[in-house]
Amino acid sequence: MELVVKGLTQAFGATTVLDRLDLTTGDIRALVLVGPSGGGKTTLLRILAGLDLPLEGSVSFAGVTVPRDEAGLLAYRRKVGTVFQAYNLFPHLSALDNLTLPLVHVHGLSPAAARKRVAEPLERFKLAEHAHKRPSQLSGGQKQRIAILRALASQPERLFLDEPTSALDPEMTAEVLEMISELKEIGTRFVLVTHEMGFARRVADEVAFVGGGKVVASGPAATMFKHCPEPRVREFFARILP
Amino acid sequence: MTRALAHTLVVAILAALLTVAFWRSGYEFQWEGVWAYRQKFVTGWLTTVAMSLASLVLSALVGLVTAVGLRSRWPLIEAAARVYVELIRGTPLLVQLLIGFYVVANAVGLENRYVVGALVLALFSGAYMAEIFRGGLAAIPAGQRDAARAIGLTPWQSLRLVILPQAIRLVLPAVAGQLVSLIKDSSLLSVIAVSELTLAAQEVNSFTYSTLESYLPLAAGYLLLTLPLSALSRWLERHFAYEAG
Repeated sequence: MELVVKGLTQAFGATTVLDRLDLTTGDIRALVLVGPSGGGKTTLLRILAGLDLPLEGSVSFAGVTVPRDEAGLLAYRRKVGTVFQAYNLFPHLSALDNLTLPLVHVHGLSPAAARKRVAEPLERFKLAEHAHKRPSQLSGGQKQRIAILRALASQPERLFLDEPTSALDPEMTAEVLEMISELKEIGTRFVLVTHEMGFARRVADEVAFVGGGKVVASGPAATMFKHCPEPRVREFFARILP
Repeated sequence: MTRALAHTLVVAILAALLTVAFWRSGYEFQWEGVWAYRQKFVTGWLTTVAMSLASLVLSALVGLVTAVGLRSRWPLIEAAARVYVELIRGTPLLVQLLIGFYVVANAVGLENRYVVGALVLALFSGAYMAEIFRGGLAAIPAGQRDAARAIGLTPWQSLRLVILPQAIRLVLPAVAGQLVSLIKDSSLLSVIAVSELTLAAQEVNSFTYSTLESYLPLAAGYLLLTLPLSALSRWLERHFAYEAG
């Protein structure tokens, strides 16, 4: 996934959140966005995921531009998956129905075919025994793993994960991060916003440091964490990495 | 004490107090005259049921459409919905019925007073329903809409599959309360000569001069409709219950 972002600007009222942001990556599988809170990571991710329209600028993945019209965006969102910090599972549906809803109503599978499609991933990630529970009966870690499976159910081209472990305790964080690592191994492409720097270092092919509405620095994970030429990035990592 | 026993006890005490009050008033009940007109009460009650049912279904539809209108991005639609709600909620049903029947219906050539009555009642109740539904829709967290969009649902699918099923559970108690009001408000249809229960009681009273004997069955007739509705609403609430999250 070669990502090219050009001149991305986003503002809410008088507050500029993204300020002519540019970012180019190589043909990588995992891009991790890091940086201070309020720096624009989530806003950037929502635009990449086709959930929000930027005021200005363009985004393209592997040479294909993300559309700017509602019909085009709808089609785009159907080809990618998004995972939110607060899971956003549908509380009135069982875990299983959360997974099959997009398959049945968006991708035209029969309910039986949809259940068959999600059976294997549920098994693989040890969630099969929880499939018939409502979200309120699941732990935070289980909720987030179901949410990840929901985003993956339609076999999207890539996944966008917005701080998927920020609402979780360390044990549940570990189980969700383990799942993301496993997904990377089986070839899932994703863009991840996270504050888990140890994990970012392990899983990222490239890292982009977003702060003040711009990409302060970006590049291969090893370079970024160890010898980033930007003092701001070095200071940030020095403060939070052991 | 069980809930059923407690209810029975409260009703028994209330009945005893009312009996004492009636006895002390010295009112002499004369049921024979009213009994002769029992058929009138039955047809009146059935008309009330029919009118309430028709306007109940219509008002839910009107309320839902208006609630979506109130949240519309287009100023003209939002304004139309808002003006409708404020106008209806700010004026008496009595006036709406009179204007609706003698002015509006007359102008468009609608003569059937039952149809006009059901329509006006539905429009009246629909304005209250709209505010109830609007509150319910607004109470659904933004994350639910985000998730619905993220999995590729169209706005209509998002409303139908994600937002409404959650909102309905939230608004159920308020909607049931509104429906109880709607049934009682149908008594005003008597002013445009719809022969429903209240008009039946008024007529029987004017034939027999037995005021309480005419109006007590009226109260019973409404309770017969509103009590089961309240019970149904409590059952639905339990049926739809699940914890958020």
